[in-house]
Amino acid sequence: MAKKGWKRPPMTKERFKNSFLNVVGNPFNVIVLITLLMLFVFIVIPLITMVLNTFTVTRGSADMARRVDPGVNPGDYSIWAWKFLFGANNFVSSGSMGLRGTQIYTNLLEPLFHSLTVGFFVTIISVPLGALMAWLMVRTDLPAKGLLSALILIPYMIPSWCKALSWLTVFRTPKYGGYYGLLTGLGVPVPEWLAYGPIAIILVMVLHYYAFSYIMVSGALRSINSELEEMGEIQGANKLQILKSITLPLVLPSILSATIMTISKSIGTYGVAARLGNTIQYYVLATKMKYFLESQQTAAVGYIFSMLMIALAAGTILINQKLIGTRKSYATIGGKGTRSNLIPLGGAKWPMLIFLTIFIIVAMFMPLFFLVMESFQIIPGKGYRPDNLTLYAWIGALENAPNEQFNQPGLFQNPEFFRSLWNTVKLSVIGSLVTAVFGQFFGYITTRGRGKWYGNAVEQLIFIPYLMPGVAFAAIYYSLASNYAPILVGSFTLVLIVSIVKHFPFASRSGSSNMMQISVELEEAATINGAGFWRRILSIVIPLAKGGFLSGFLLSFISIAKELDLIAILMTNQDNYTLSFLSFNYSKEAMPQVADAICIIIIAFILITNRIADKFGGNVSKSM
Amino acid sequence: MSKIVLSHIDKFYGENHVLRDINLTIEDGDFMTLLGPSGCGKTTTLRVVSGLEKPQHGTMTIDDRPVIDADKAFYEAPSKRGLNLVFQSYALWPHMTVFQNVAFGLKIKKLKKAEIEETVMRALKTMRIEEYRNRYPNELSGGQQQRVAIARAIASSPKLLLLDEPLSNLDARLRIDMRAELKRLHKETGTTIIYVTHDQVEALTMSTKIALFKEGEISQIDTPLGLYTNPIDLQAADFIGTPRINFIDATGYYDGDTLKVTSAFGEYVYPHETLKLDETFPKGEEFACVLGLRPEMVDIYTQDPHHKNTVPAEVYANQPAGSETLVTLTVGNTEFLAIQVGLVEYDMNQNVFVVLHPGRMNVYNKETGRLIKFAKTKHKAGIED
Repeated sequence: MAKKGWKRPPMTKERFKNSFLNVVGNPFNVIVLITLLMLFVFIVIPLITMVLNTFTVTRGSADMARRVDPGVNPGDYSIWAWKFLFGANNFVSSGSMGLRGTQIYTNLLEPLFHSLTVGFFVTIISVPLGALMAWLMVRTDLPAKGLLSALILIPYMIPSWCKALSWLTVFRTPKYGGYYGLLTGLGVPVPEWLAYGPIAIILVMVLHYYAFSYIMVSGALRSINSELEEMGEIQGANKLQILKSITLPLVLPSILSATIMTISKSIGTYGVAARLGNTIQYYVLATKMKYFLESQQTAAVGYIFSMLMIALAAGTILINQKLIGTRKSYATIGGKGTRSNLIPLGGAKWPMLIFLTIFIIVAMFMPLFFLVMESFQIIPGKGYRPDNLTLYAWIGALENAPNEQFNQPGLFQNPEFFRSLWNTVKLSVIGSLVTAVFGQFFGYITTRGRGKWYGNAVEQLIFIPYLMPGVAFAAIYYSLASNYAPILVGSFTLVLIVSIVKHFPFASRSGSSNMMQISVELEEAATINGAGFWRRILSIVIPLAKGGFLSGFLLSFISIAKELDLIAILMTNQDNYTLSFLSFNYSKEAMPQVADAICIIIIAFILITNRIADKFGGNVSKSM
Repeated sequence: MSKIVLSHIDKFYGENHVLRDINLTIEDGDFMTLLGPSGCGKTTTLRVVSGLEKPQHGTMTIDDRPVIDADKAFYEAPSKRGLNLVFQSYALWPHMTVFQNVAFGLKIKKLKKAEIEETVMRALKTMRIEEYRNRYPNELSGGQQQRVAIARAIASSPKLLLLDEPLSNLDARLRIDMRAELKRLHKETGTTIIYVTHDQVEALTMSTKIALFKEGEISQIDTPLGLYTNPIDLQAADFIGTPRINFIDATGYYDGDTLKVTSAFGEYVYPHETLKLDETFPKGEEFACVLGLRPEMVDIYTQDPHHKNTVPAEVYANQPAGSETLVTLTVGNTEFLAIQVGLVEYDMNQNVFVVLHPGRMNVYNKETGRLIKFAKTKHKAGIED
């Protein structure tokens, strides 16, 4: 740093000694150093490794590599994977189909196009939907608001892949494991384009990602002083003009952020696209990547996909930063305007209430209802008559199976279920505990080091996992493990590490908002009174951070417990299955009833934990 | 009991040079106030003294014991400097009771339980809050929280007590009470106090010495009376005193012995010994200068008092305010404010006579803005001045 009129004094022995002691003697510095090292090891190195992997020939991929790049041996550096994807041959069309006949189209362009289509439609439907709901809930005199606000975010708490399963209970066609869905069972012919593919994926995702714009826009709306709108009224503007020229511009930053986030999240989602797309070979980037990663031969190609997805996500988020100029606070309007006069809806009151009611029925009650009902059915899609209902999927023993479709005992008789339950509990408890503790430390470092180089460095590094779709993130670790620590492949430890690191950004955000509330002066007062670093942490910071820590813990607990996308590609070992993956797997193995039952258990688990988190001031809107 | 010497302290935040060559000596038993507008570096100086900030340059000693030697990167830990600090926000730990707050530092010193109990209660008694010992900070009023913060700071019997704008969060009445309280505390304990404030009334009423800060530098160190009577430059003069000082444009002529100042009030001649000769001002030619006239040094008469410094004036406006009356007067085109004790009624445009005391006015060089002629302090000033 150049300081005018300021010369650094000569480095004498004594100055060096003291400077060294000043740095090392302060535990805070040591912790910052350890944190930076750790973030480097767990975030930067995996990223570099993955990139390098796309340039490396492994024993598994040697055969494949030689086809593109003859004469290479395992361990060689080669651009075969890039050639495999982008080589000149890939642009040659077989037959008369033009671009559609090329390799590059099937491998890359089609999934990319599908991903963008899904991202585009999910965004243009769910953002206005969420924003409208936010406006209705925050700024208008809509009736029954108390009840609505209790229910409106519950659909978001139902994991998106559970919603995909629920969609299948209704729209499934016999092509899918030979089972009927509700509609086919009733004799309503369901066209395949509706049951599977883009429309299904988009609709299910809309019922999930509406929550982003709802949460962000309602936050922004709440922070707007209603006096701003009243001023407009005094100037003679009508309601529509006020909405258009005052309210909307003020919440625009939050709408933009929600848009960006929805695009990036919907492109990164794996579970929904896999459930609803793979059956008819409708691939998006995430599912295509998984397809490549599944084989040792083509894993490197999968990593290229992963890089592409990271680039897409990072690109959208960077655009967001450029447009909005801030990263952390999406609601950019400050002020203390808490007094809000509600806007009378007049004649639109009841239609709007009906609209919200329908939304809640469609997004919450129906998915839950169909999941619960199917879990009791003997033959899915054959109606709810008593002779088609059974408790088998929940408690049946294998010898009592109503038909040979059931090749597993009911949940509570199934050791696999209990093992997965145990794994889930183990993973969520350890994972969220570690995440929450680290989160508080990160928060401490970033708030106390705000504006200093190390504070910024930690903040930037922590943010990286946020840019990466869960599947891509797991792919990186998978690659790292298979290269340097094969013993970790298929291990619980790897799943745990990935879950922890992936939740760093969220945990550190909750940690820093927690630490921000603890004024630095409280610590300085302790310093003056003779308390050292650890004493300060123990006597001042921890007692004051308790509440925030607990809610942060519970929220990461929920998030880890329901996670599917992140761990799907790491589930190479049956012993490590979690509930979500078990459910996902059963649904693949034509055991929808059991899969549904597991979903219900997970949802119940999430709702209960969320209730508890609520008590401690946590809120689902903080866990995005 | 301690003497603190700061020399050549420089502090940077990034490229921001917030303290520029601070030199300050605080004698044992002083009540030293660091006074200045916000952002002038006074709080930073206090934090440097406390050890919460490390300056990049300079040294500091307490009783000749080095505490800071920036060139050697030596900074003694705050807790070893034998001082304590009262924060502007009080910084009371919300999860501890009043007793626990005050006892915290003593526990760290590993005092015996009975001793802690006794020391804490003594501090609480000094601040007259012993009945709140089991309350939590959020159950106390602002004034009571303030007392807890001070009790916490004095419990460890510091040799040096630092106070950072401690009264700024209190309402006007409480502030006057606490001022008295702090003054008593200083007298009773004999502790050296460094007190930061932007409120010149606090500074003038409580301190034994004031260091006036301006943009990261100390522009003047003096007693309250000295600072009030002879502010070192126009900005300082403007800052100190309510209502503010009158500045009267004038022309000066210095012949090497006496300074002749001509203004709307007439011509004043100041002898050699009242001049501040280390300042630059032209010799043998006329130059622009400014007379500093305190409002309370203007006497108003409705009849000619036949005093040698009488000037006829006209009342421009009259603002009676109970204990005092502010009168705006004009002499020719020159407008100035006078303050009279008690309720006095004047009509608008009424012709009056004002008696001025040239010896008790300051003269500033307009070009440099610096004081070039001292005013006599009030108790030395005779009627004739």
